[in-house]
Amino acid sequence: MSFGFNILKDRQIDFDTNDLSLARFLSLYEPSFRLCISCGGCTATCIANHHSGLSLRKIFILINRGITADIKHELDNCMLCGKCVIACPRGVNTRGLILKISELTKNSEI
Amino acid sequence: MLEEGKKRIWAEYQKAVPDNNYYFVRSCIRQTFFPGSEQAFIRIIRNELGKDIYETPYHTTCTGIGYHSDIIPFETTMTVVARQFALMTEAGYSNYIPSCITSFGLYTEVLETWHHFPEIEAHIRENLWKATKREFKIPDNLSHPSDIFYHFRKNIAEKAKYSLVDIESGQPLNVVEHIGCHYSKMFPGKGIGGAEYPCVLIGMIEAWGGNAIDYPERRHCCGFGFRQYIVQSNRGYSVSCSRKKFESMKPYQPDLILTNCPGCPMFLDRWQYVISEIEGKTYGKNNQGIPVFTYEELAGLILGYDPWELGLQLHQIDCEPLLKKMGIKYNPSEKYLGYNREYIGKPEITKNLFHCC
Amino acid sequence: MNKKVVVVGGGIAGIEASAFLSYMGFEVVLVEKENTLGGHVLNWEKLFPTMRYGSEVLDFLLQGISPKVNVYTCCEVNSISKKEHQFFVELSNGENFISDAVLVTTGYDLFDARIKEEYGYGIYENVFTSADLEMIFTAKKTLLTKQNKVPLKIGFVHCVGSRDEKVGNVYCSKVCCVTAVKQSIEIKQIYPDSEIYCFYMDLRMYGMHFEHLYKEAQEKYGVHFIRGRLSECFENVDKSILVKVEDTLTGRPLKMNVDILVLMVGFVPRKSTKKIADLIGLENGRNGFFKTKDQHTLTNVSNIPGVFFAGCCTSPKTITNTITDARAAASTIASYLLHHEIDKRTINLAP
Repeated sequence: MSFGFNILKDRQIDFDTNDLSLARFLSLYEPSFRLCISCGGCTATCIANHHSGLSLRKIFILINRGITADIKHELDNCMLCGKCVIACPRGVNTRGLILKISELTKNSEI
Repeated sequence: MLEEGKKRIWAEYQKAVPDNNYYFVRSCIRQTFFPGSEQAFIRIIRNELGKDIYETPYHTTCTGIGYHSDIIPFETTMTVVARQFALMTEAGYSNYIPSCITSFGLYTEVLETWHHFPEIEAHIRENLWKATKREFKIPDNLSHPSDIFYHFRKNIAEKAKYSLVDIESGQPLNVVEHIGCHYSKMFPGKGIGGAEYPCVLIGMIEAWGGNAIDYPERRHCCGFGFRQYIVQSNRGYSVSCSRKKFESMKPYQPDLILTNCPGCPMFLDRWQYVISEIEGKTYGKNNQGIPVFTYEELAGLILGYDPWELGLQLHQIDCEPLLKKMGIKYNPSEKYLGYNREYIGKPEITKNLFHCC
Repeated sequence: MNKKVVVVGGGIAGIEASAFLSYMGFEVVLVEKENTLGGHVLNWEKLFPTMRYGSEVLDFLLQGISPKVNVYTCCEVNSISKKEHQFFVELSNGENFISDAVLVTTGYDLFDARIKEEYGYGIYENVFTSADLEMIFTAKKTLLTKQNKVPLKIGFVHCVGSRDEKVGNVYCSKVCCVTAVKQSIEIKQIYPDSEIYCFYMDLRMYGMHFEHLYKEAQEKYGVHFIRGRLSECFENVDKSILVKVEDTLTGRPLKMNVDILVLMVGFVPRKSTKKIADLIGLENGRNGFFKTKDQHTLTNVSNIPGVFFAGCCTSPKTITNTITDARAAASTIASYLLHHEIDKRTINLAP
């Protein structure tokens, strides 16, 4: 029966049901991953961000929240220039993490 | 849950409720959705409590729906409200009791506006005089009928023939209470119990033998709000709001929902059917829905009024399982006989939602 | 001809100021309402950022209270009246003194979390305050939920009663952010497998080594920080707490269940100091704490000549700052009592 409307999808992040396995893996593989405070220094300096919308800040946050369905191709545009490593005030090994996440994406582990 | 914490807050949010001489104003929509409710209220106030209650056929809508949908400007609304107060003054009353929660919120908002901006009040008095040659006095007291029932809940309990108890197990029924948003969210001090833990309905539930449930989405709006449901394609938003509440209350296994707004029981009752059609999900036991009542209907039920006179046949969710649980006597064959004992028609059978007859 | 100072309040500020003043050669009377000296530090187990015991600091300070300091516990000031340059002080135990200066070190109260109704303190069993948590640590009790289960998920809520127009406290209470980080680390040390989430608006890690502590909490202990204010919380059927927060970094509302929720309560002006203020005529600042004569240069001086302040009665302070402030007050009082030239400096006041 068609009512002319439908039940809306809930925007609220249900944290307890999200899959945090990638975040946990990265925390153990590269402990500096835990130091990210989402300041955005990496994203601001990223060349790829200007033309392709690659936002490392956003990717890290999504991983930490367990919302990993969207990030499969996000890192494709990274040119591995290393500017993000220079900019990070907390010493996060951003380039190393990018390589690891890309590797896991290619192997469809996300 | 530590009840003392709530009681401490309730003690801070008490308000004066008048004992007698009520000027009653009906709701636009409550009479359409729940025709027996307001009649039951008047009957209980007059016959059971022996109080004086007066209503006039000359009163109009408060225009709350129009104001909240951005159709009617605030100045017009205030002038209409002024006319309502003028009728009250002419009838010689000063305790204003609006049946609808949105009206209650609107009247409170208008009175607060006039209190803080007396020049607006003067302007509205002028408007009213020019339009109708009427004058008005500010009511001494503005209360909602649920406040009156809260005030007299123990008197009603004394006269009650039934109580909110499962007669087979002897356990109190689990009752979810839902307060209309406009009752205390806008002006927490004007609602009994405040905005976070209002106790106007909890007081009634406990006085009548039930067990009030507190669940996470207690304060979530049912989705009525006027703006979204007036346009059909927006109603998905309203349904999603109610659905969030149902999902949250389900683990507590409520036996019934009690509300004090005219719109909320309409939505909480009807949307259970819509959700059962769209998602196939129901929230009571055995594919039953959770029956929804207004406080007048519940008071009438426990006082022993006939359920069909109270208008319970018009509920989407069948009330009979609950009536059986409470041990209330009713005549099933009279369900679809109207006011003059004429057959009023029977609804279609629902696909996923339990339909008892 | 020994000048006398009455010190009202036996917390760490009162203790240190009394110690220094007495060794400088003045006669000191130290009055304390409770039956022991120490104030709030008595209820604090480990201190940030070093995680050393608060009792060690208190013991160090108390070593300075020589027999020359007259300590009166279980005693309050009933009246103070000023005549020319001296103060006539009457205590609740009947004793009177004529004193040449008064030092007010009455300290602070913690915000009553029950005022934040939507956080359910006193209604939901598993909502604690930071002070409750610290008392559990001090009493060496095991941290369990009220259902006696080991908590697997703990939430910390920053800015409860501070930076909040709705409760009338606009100021920042300074020490709660770093206390939350400290307590998170302490809980992780007890329960290494637990998950801890701190819900903050801003993280104030201003002091030396605070940033180290924050980094350590993230890197070594895996404490999670979620930027977003707690709007409300509820109790689930199993008595865990459902938390509703705006995850500002993803721009979406977030909900999660925690076993214990800890509210970081802020500092408020002590209610009982209103009595002293009314007795002497002390002025309150904008936030209800005592007003100092000048915010840069005269932070120990009140509007009444001869009455001085030290410690948290003028603003929230860390323990380190309070001890420094007490010593500064002692010097200021000494130069006042001895009529040193340095006491006569002038400045356009910026109170």
